[in-house]
Amino acid sequence: MNRINQLFEKRKHNILSIYYTAGFPNLGDTVRIAEALEAAGADMLEIGFPYSDPVADGPVIQASSKLALDHGMDLNLLFEQLKDLRKKVTIPVLLMGYVNPVLQYGVENFCKACAAVGVDGCIVPDLPMVEYEEFYKDTFLENGLSNIFLVTPQTSLERIHKIDSISNGFIYLLSSSATTGKDLNVSDATESYFARIKAMELNNPTMIGFGISNKATFDKACKYANGAIIGTAFVKALAKAATAEDIAEFMKDFK
Amino acid sequence: MSYFVNEKGYYGDFGGAYIPEMLYPNVEELRQNYLQIINDADFQKEFHALLKDYVGRPSPLYLAKRLSEKYNANIFLKREDLNHTGAHKINNTIGQILLAEKLGKKRIIAETGAGQHGVATATVCALRGLECVIYMGEVDIQRQAPNVARMKMLGAKVVSAVSGSKTLKDATNEAMRDWINNPVDTHYIIGSVVGPHPYPDMVAIFQSIISEETKRQLLEQTGSEQPDYVLACVGGGSNAMGMFYHFIDDENVKLIAVEAAGKGVSSGFSAATTFLGKEGVLHGSRSILMQTADGQVVEPHSVSAGLDYPGIGPQHAHLFKTTRAKYVSITDEESLDAGLLLTQKEGIIPAIESAHALAYLEKMVFAGGENVVVCLSGRGDKDMDTYMKYFNL
Repeated sequence: MNRINQLFEKRKHNILSIYYTAGFPNLGDTVRIAEALEAAGADMLEIGFPYSDPVADGPVIQASSKLALDHGMDLNLLFEQLKDLRKKVTIPVLLMGYVNPVLQYGVENFCKACAAVGVDGCIVPDLPMVEYEEFYKDTFLENGLSNIFLVTPQTSLERIHKIDSISNGFIYLLSSSATTGKDLNVSDATESYFARIKAMELNNPTMIGFGISNKATFDKACKYANGAIIGTAFVKALAKAATAEDIAEFMKDFK
Repeated sequence: MSYFVNEKGYYGDFGGAYIPEMLYPNVEELRQNYLQIINDADFQKEFHALLKDYVGRPSPLYLAKRLSEKYNANIFLKREDLNHTGAHKINNTIGQILLAEKLGKKRIIAETGAGQHGVATATVCALRGLECVIYMGEVDIQRQAPNVARMKMLGAKVVSAVSGSKTLKDATNEAMRDWINNPVDTHYIIGSVVGPHPYPDMVAIFQSIISEETKRQLLEQTGSEQPDYVLACVGGGSNAMGMFYHFIDDENVKLIAVEAAGKGVSSGFSAATTFLGKEGVLHGSRSILMQTADGQVVEPHSVSAGLDYPGIGPQHAHLFKTTRAKYVSITDEESLDAGLLLTQKEGIIPAIESAHALAYLEKMVFAGGENVVVCLSGRGDKDMDTYMKYFNL
């Protein structure tokens, strides 16, 4: 059982996961920020590996990726930086990014490198479910990695069940069909979508992401899922101030 | 060997639909419906009526006599430049706007490089009364001002893409983001044979009118529907795929795709994808693209905004890998010189994209009597500024 599964075994509510981009704001910040986030109370981390053409991201995360790439971040360097991760960080860590860098690194090499540094799961939004199932699932599982799938308000019931059946960590519920960084707008339609998913009693826990930016939106999301993911709001905060104290200050709002 | 898409959306090793979940319902809706809609008799009737009376098809197949003398071969030009809006792009947008209507979409988005696809999309939106938003790189907006003005006059909103190289690749990213944020009422008219399945197949089908007509016209003019060579320029590759389509299974017809070498394939300023690229995923499909060892997309360069794209469509990647088609490249300068040559020999000012295909004739050696078809994908009005600067006119 990897750390993601252990977390959801132990806790059912108000799980707080934080996304940030590797190599941002400075190239060497990746592990330092992880440590600070754990110390400040984050339950789970999603470390983004940057890509030049991140179509699912809004301008804030795209800009952080560009800066990280300009600094020289790549998967080789990221795995090098994460070599001592587990000496310093105990909470679950996922890597999030686009499929092309993973394909170029080699899916098997990527999974092995994740396992070697103690990464517990991956979120690769443009890796098709059918490809994952046919070609990569076994490699992920052999390396103890969860692969996290996204669900949007437009995802059909049948597809949600399918996603549930091949997931082994949690399911990432998008608050709306949108790129990252849009405000959470819990309309009647969103509420009924969240309620509909909750009523499905899926095998996997759920986390709500996209648009969670403050305590109010975090609490709202936690009403419908096991927890929520904060990305853009944290990356925006990091761009302004990124010391451990600044991170603790940011996290105070959510606790 | 099949050179066409299989039931899973692949051309050999290439194709597929590498899209985030936010786009899955849109793309799946298209995948499930496009063939049925396109093959419907009423759709075909309306599509062909518009191609005939609105676009002005069939476009002529013109035997360029003075060019033929120069190259010692029968050089036929497939005159897509004579289409309404000045390029082959209109064939696809007419097809897709009818499809979008059948799917009940109210809003159209598109990306554009040279602006020809943007103009063609804005045109069909005006024709059918649909809202239209066009994404265009900031750099391309500057170098294709007449087309930007046309789009605006046609009622489209032109949105500047300011990320990356601020050219076609970035306009495509922005259009995909718009589609993600507007999943229900919006149809994305992709302008080339790129993107997730079924786009490459769908666009190729709409553009295949080019080779369908060419076969018929060749038969009338030469007594055989098979030429010796077919040439077309390739950015994403839609005019080339339309030009190749009905010849792909005629293995004795040699297919030549001409990429943009820019300032030279090894100069660092190039868009010669098959020479510089390797297999990877961009904009929703697995194909060949220019990228770093880490999988970051490399910014392309070409004097032609329409060829300034770091990838090629997945069917092209398959034709390249199987060697069914030959992929070559032509520099900025060679293309501009070929554009001038055609203008002075035949009185036709070609788009710089098409001039890349024409320029390759210089590199070919003919025994005499061969029939060669070059797709003249667009006219050069939009490129006058570039021609003027280069030739100091």
